Amino acid sequence: MITVFERPRSLKPVSSHFCPGCHHGTVHRLVARALDRLELQQQTIGIASVGCSVLLYEYFDIDVVESPHGRAPAVATGVKRVHPDSIVFTYQGDGDLAAIGTAEIIHAANRGENITVIFVNNTTYGMTGGQMAPTSLGGQVTTTTPYGRDLEKDGNPIRMAEMMALLDGTHFSARVAVDAPKRVAQAGRVIQKAFEMQKNGAGFTFVEVLAACPTNWGLSALDANERISQEMMPCFPLGTFKDLSASQG
Amino acid sequence: MNKRLFVKGNEAVCIGAIAAGCRYYFGYPITPQNEIPEYMSRELPGLGGTFLQAESEVAAINMVLGASAAGARVMTSSSGPGISLKAEGLSYMAGSELPAVIVNMMRCGPGLGGIDASQADYFQAVKGGGHGGYHMIVLAPDSIQELYDLAMVAFDLADQYRMPAMILGDAMIGQMKEALIPHDYKPLGELPNKDWCVTGKRGREKGNTVKSLYLADGALEAHNWRLHGRYQDLKDQQVRCETIGIEDAELILTAFGSTARIAKTAVSMARQAGLKVGLIRPITLFPFPEQIFRQATERCNRVLCVELNNGQMVEDVRLSVDRQADVRFYGRPGGTGSLPTPEELFEQLQKHYKD
Repeated sequence: MITVFERPRSLKPVSSHFCPGCHHGTVHRLVARALDRLELQQQTIGIASVGCSVLLYEYFDIDVVESPHGRAPAVATGVKRVHPDSIVFTYQGDGDLAAIGTAEIIHAANRGENITVIFVNNTTYGMTGGQMAPTSLGGQVTTTTPYGRDLEKDGNPIRMAEMMALLDGTHFSARVAVDAPKRVAQAGRVIQKAFEMQKNGAGFTFVEVLAACPTNWGLSALDANERISQEMMPCFPLGTFKDLSASQG
Repeated sequence: MNKRLFVKGNEAVCIGAIAAGCRYYFGYPITPQNEIPEYMSRELPGLGGTFLQAESEVAAINMVLGASAAGARVMTSSSGPGISLKAEGLSYMAGSELPAVIVNMMRCGPGLGGIDASQADYFQAVKGGGHGGYHMIVLAPDSIQELYDLAMVAFDLADQYRMPAMILGDAMIGQMKEALIPHDYKPLGELPNKDWCVTGKRGREKGNTVKSLYLADGALEAHNWRLHGRYQDLKDQQVRCETIGIEDAELILTAFGSTARIAKTAVSMARQAGLKVGLIRPITLFPFPEQIFRQATERCNRVLCVELNNGQMVEDVRLSVDRQADVRFYGRPGGTGSLPTPEELFEQLQKHYKD
């Protein structure tokens, strides 16, 4: 018998709390599969952030530290400095990484901390009930932009993957999406590459994942997937914005 | 190891921390404690340790959180405004049962205030400081030697009770220089195995999780009662206090930290003048020496609390004596030229001794 699909060893055999159509489960799988393929499960420490992703330790079969809202890159820095031979990753949403934690992510990147950041961008605050995020699109209706995000008043969506690429300490920065099978496969390859670079001691690696929050978007799972390609991608183009792996051999 | 040193308080606490095995320091500059990050940045690399100047106090305490979760002896330091920024991380560390040492060389406030000595962060230190209801171990040295000694004690207590420990000094004690006689580090007792820390599983069957989130029915309440039990154990077993002449005292003076140094001179002036004045100097501010105050005031029913603020520790003194003594207060809120002199305190002793 040939096994063509199975649960990654780095995930526990449990059901998740995520809403129907939510992409956290998909991204969890991709991260876990990358750890499996690179045989890193035994040496990996995950840093959980605040929001829907805080329950990382319920799903990943690895060591996990929970961090305060936005501070995961600082917590990761402390962990990595004590255990430089470990693989350390943060898993953060857009409110966590691009609003309250902007300082921490920029400085961890700028120091070139040898960690991997998985940034799940769904343009809203999921767990708190759908408020405006720094990545919310112009005109996006949220519970705190009931008339739509006004770019004049509320500011503009932040493009983190591009910003990260500008910093000297960043060795890899890319944006992927998980709205269609082909792109899920591509996202998996990019996430694995980021971990591989960390394993090789490259430095700071950053992967932004465009993902859906059907519950707070008020859309069906399929329509939510549609929104990623139709509305999000024009503002958040997919691609690799920096990759120093070639120059490092 | 026993060579006599002539060092600043800010250096003494570093020397003690390093002797106790601290190899990680994360911090952010603020006056009047800058000699601490400067000393650690000089010494730690050569010892195979890590010094990192964080982008903010917020980041610094979270680096401490991460290093502690990873099992290291780790320290940070700051002063008033910076400690306020660290409050979030301290609450998370208390909730996540993480040991670390935090030095607060108090300056005067509120707000930006000034850089002179003050004791106005007493409430912030002993009542928690951050959200959610917790305590830290709080130690208040009154000499350069004690800064060194208590740095070691702080690391041991933090590990034993799995919680942050604060060394509460101030600009005066941090900036003054006096003799220090280093001694070898001996642990207070058997230190617990850090089998809870994150290292990567490395063959362990179950992953370790360091967290403060408790969502299951009754789980957070049980967690908080467990933490409360530890605070109770501290009160029973770890109170530290210096007393002078309280056996025959008619008036007990109480003060902590640098104010206690001035108070000691005032007490000896009073004794020379024939006044039966004693001194209680709490060294642990949490756990507070409640029993010592209670026992001492069974026969002496007058206490004068002196602080470099408008009255903070005096509330704990009152709670401890539970109305069996008349507790009075004399304080100055800190600021340039606001340090009380021994003569000033002696005058207060004479006044409160009589009426």
